Amino acid sequence: MSGLRCCASAGCLARGSGALMGALETAISRGQLGDQIQLRPVGCLGPCSQGPLLALDPDGDLYAGVDPQDAETLVAALARRLHQSSDQATPLEWAPARGERLDLRAPFFQRQRRIVLEHCGLIDPTDLEQAIAVGAYGQLERVLQGWSPEQVVTELQRSGLRGRGGAGYPTGLKWATVARMPGARKVVVCNADEGDPGAFMDRAVLEGDPHRVLEGMVIAAYAVGADHGFIYIRAEYELAIERLRLAIEQAVDRGRLGAALFGTGFGFTLELRVGAGAYVCGEETALIASIEGKRGTPRPRPPYPAELGVGGRPTLINNVETFANVAPILREGADWFAAIGTAGSSGTKVFSLTGHVRRGGLVEVPMGTSLATVVLDMGEGSPHGSAVKAVQTGGPSGGCVPADRLDTPLDYESLQALGTIMGSGGMVVLDQSTDMVALAAYFMAFCREESCGKCVPCRAGTVQLHGLLKKILAGQASQADLDQLETLGAMVMDTSLCGLGQSAPKPMLSTLRYFRGDYLARLEAP
Amino acid sequence: MSVRTLRIDGRDVASADGATVLEAARDAGVAIPTLCHLEGLSPVAACRLCLVEIEGSGKLQPACITPVSEGLVVHTATPRLREIRRTVIELLFTEGNHVCAVCVANGHCELQDRAVEVGMDHARLPYRFPDRPVDLSHPRFGLDHNRCILCSRCVRVCDEVEGAHVWDVAWRGEHCRIIAGLDQPWGTVDACTDCGKCVMVCPTGALFHKGDSEGEKHEDPSRLAALQRARHSRQEAP
Amino acid sequence: MPVPSKPESFMALEAIFLRHHRSPDSLIEILHHSQKFYSYLSDDLLRHVAARLQLPLSLVKGTASFYHLFRFQPPARHRCVVCTGTACQIQGAPALIAAMEEGLGLKLGARRGDGWASLSEVRCLGTCSDSPLVQIDDSIGRQQTVAGLRRWLQELEP
Repeated sequence: MSGLRCCASAGCLARGSGALMGALETAISRGQLGDQIQLRPVGCLGPCSQGPLLALDPDGDLYAGVDPQDAETLVAALARRLHQSSDQATPLEWAPARGERLDLRAPFFQRQRRIVLEHCGLIDPTDLEQAIAVGAYGQLERVLQGWSPEQVVTELQRSGLRGRGGAGYPTGLKWATVARMPGARKVVVCNADEGDPGAFMDRAVLEGDPHRVLEGMVIAAYAVGADHGFIYIRAEYELAIERLRLAIEQAVDRGRLGAALFGTGFGFTLELRVGAGAYVCGEETALIASIEGKRGTPRPRPPYPAELGVGGRPTLINNVETFANVAPILREGADWFAAIGTAGSSGTKVFSLTGHVRRGGLVEVPMGTSLATVVLDMGEGSPHGSAVKAVQTGGPSGGCVPADRLDTPLDYESLQALGTIMGSGGMVVLDQSTDMVALAAYFMAFCREESCGKCVPCRAGTVQLHGLLKKILAGQASQADLDQLETLGAMVMDTSLCGLGQSAPKPMLSTLRYFRGDYLARLEAP
Repeated sequence: MSVRTLRIDGRDVASADGATVLEAARDAGVAIPTLCHLEGLSPVAACRLCLVEIEGSGKLQPACITPVSEGLVVHTATPRLREIRRTVIELLFTEGNHVCAVCVANGHCELQDRAVEVGMDHARLPYRFPDRPVDLSHPRFGLDHNRCILCSRCVRVCDEVEGAHVWDVAWRGEHCRIIAGLDQPWGTVDACTDCGKCVMVCPTGALFHKGDSEGEKHEDPSRLAALQRARHSRQEAP
Repeated sequence: MPVPSKPESFMALEAIFLRHHRSPDSLIEILHHSQKFYSYLSDDLLRHVAARLQLPLSLVKGTASFYHLFRFQPPARHRCVVCTGTACQIQGAPALIAAMEEGLGLKLGARRGDGWASLSEVRCLGTCSDSPLVQIDDSIGRQQTVAGLRRWLQELEP
């Protein structure tokens, strides 16, 4: 028996993995090898910049950039091996005419520790049976049949898991707060409105292992006492939406969602809500408004969603990756999880590595791994002989880490100390060609465009800040303009109603902190 | 009714439990500037003028929605807050086209009053001179978007008090605009009862009575609270 | 694709209203379906939705206009989109926007009066390893060069 796993995530599909799978299927059926070579579409295999990616079982080899025209020779080689030897370990005598076999000893693979993505790339995300075969919903069953909700919350608290959406709020504490709220009708929301430009971790998880996320949500619902939930996903993620819809249907059909789960009195129903293009809806209170069919404008907190959420009910909101961590924590135990990563930031983090980097894609590394390891070793640095100038994390709410600080470990506090944030996991590498003032102006334009318009500092302040940055870019600004930029930036951070405005000046302030020279060089001579 | 004692600008203040810091401050004679807030309407905490410093809290809090609590220590007029308020007013002035000399609300404009209070005698930020329309389609009233500061009082009064919901905020960010009906001329919206409450609560000259000229708009938004109280007491009466 | 039915009655939406029990909470879901069925949100359509959900007109328009993906006029025949996610931005999106603007004779965010083409940006398509990206109608241009884009635009049907 041989297996071929072909990445069917959006990135590889765009690079022609659909055609490759079609060609492989044709070749297999022409050779009548359907019962000997299993071909399956899987989630993200990692190095997206080299797609379409194809994995071979049982060898575990990974091929990059294989052309559909090579399908015939590959299937023939597999058939030859199946014919000649019963020994599965015999290396395959095949090399693609185009593309290459990747060296899995490379740091890109060796430095990873896949927990969230453990089944991503192994199973067909559209096939519930395959998910169940690797343990999906097993922890839900175990919990429902032997654990009290309090035990689940305690286990999560002990694991030290922190929210993967950006702010790093302790997940167990959030669960405990919602669990303590009175009322039987609480709500669990999965924030899949992955809006940071350059970030695609959640997309990959949802496309590659959707049941993992659903299981985490149902367990959370049991722990906090919720009976209904929503997944709020951005409309741009068409494939992820399709896979989620299917996964929800399958889970309902198999009794993993709905009433009386696993023969217990506990039930949980789930609805998918598709966004309509508004970055601010990633903010919790705006997200709630949008689920309720309203303008996605944030409101002041308190009251927090845990007290007053969807439809006025106590609501737990976590992001995709947070929910995806739940099942393995329960399976392996809180101590196991807490031992991974650092003392303050346990577990792993998934990053989408993009920009001026040789080897980009999806990586999952233990918290505390240094930026240099991810960017220089795993990503192999910047291409075309250019050196890395900085790494941007946290998107429009984050900042830049300059090249000389790449030894910084990836944990919540270390990044915060540098003036940026962990964020949801977008990591954009910038080489020496990057104009840092232009980058700051780009992020400010983003926040200006995405401001909901409710509060004055964000609505009008981001416009003025963007104007000042454009003035600097045009070489028409004075030192007084630069001073005003910093003063107004601080004011917008201090006074805006929600996180969007409160962090909108961060990319700018961060580039000012590390690349002030880039700004000064553009000022008019006094 | 239980009472909470707190300190506002060094003064000990007793306030009813459930009151906001803004209410407690006003009862004690401490003026905190506001624009979007209006007694009788739900609070939105959008203009950020009423932000105050609360000891022990790293973040500034809007007085209009922050409830009083025992032992709260509030500062309402620190140099930092004064600077913030001046900047908020500047942002509003530079965002629209506010020309007091030709405005119906000249002399009776809350934005103008706030500008005087915070000492904004000139704008340090550039004026944006947006191109905004004027809607004169209603037989009795007019709407000049140039003077609108998006406080949303008109939206709230029409929805919460009149129950007509003629107005809403449309679009987003800098493109936000008050709309009537399906973003149609005000005069063509069937839902409008011509009650004029939106004009009454508008803090600037954005909503006005037709025929008023410079300085002739004499609305008193606090009449809304009186109206609300009168209605309430009539409902309560046997 | 628009379903064949008398547009003024918007019958295709009835099943959707029913599924959501005509709940005001479902406004955005309903608007998604409305746009899918009838290609854009006309005033008549918005009026119909408002009536069926018993919502004020200004609330329906105010909500719909908050979200980028809702259209209030028919989509252009050629919808040209440049991804301006961070990875695309630092690897050539500004030059691609300039090429689009020049090739189409349109400013970013504009739609030609005769409905031939529109030019807009998208925040991030999420396949950043292939940046910079553009999308014209249903085709995605990966690692798009300016020269390649110019040829592509010249080949667009008039």
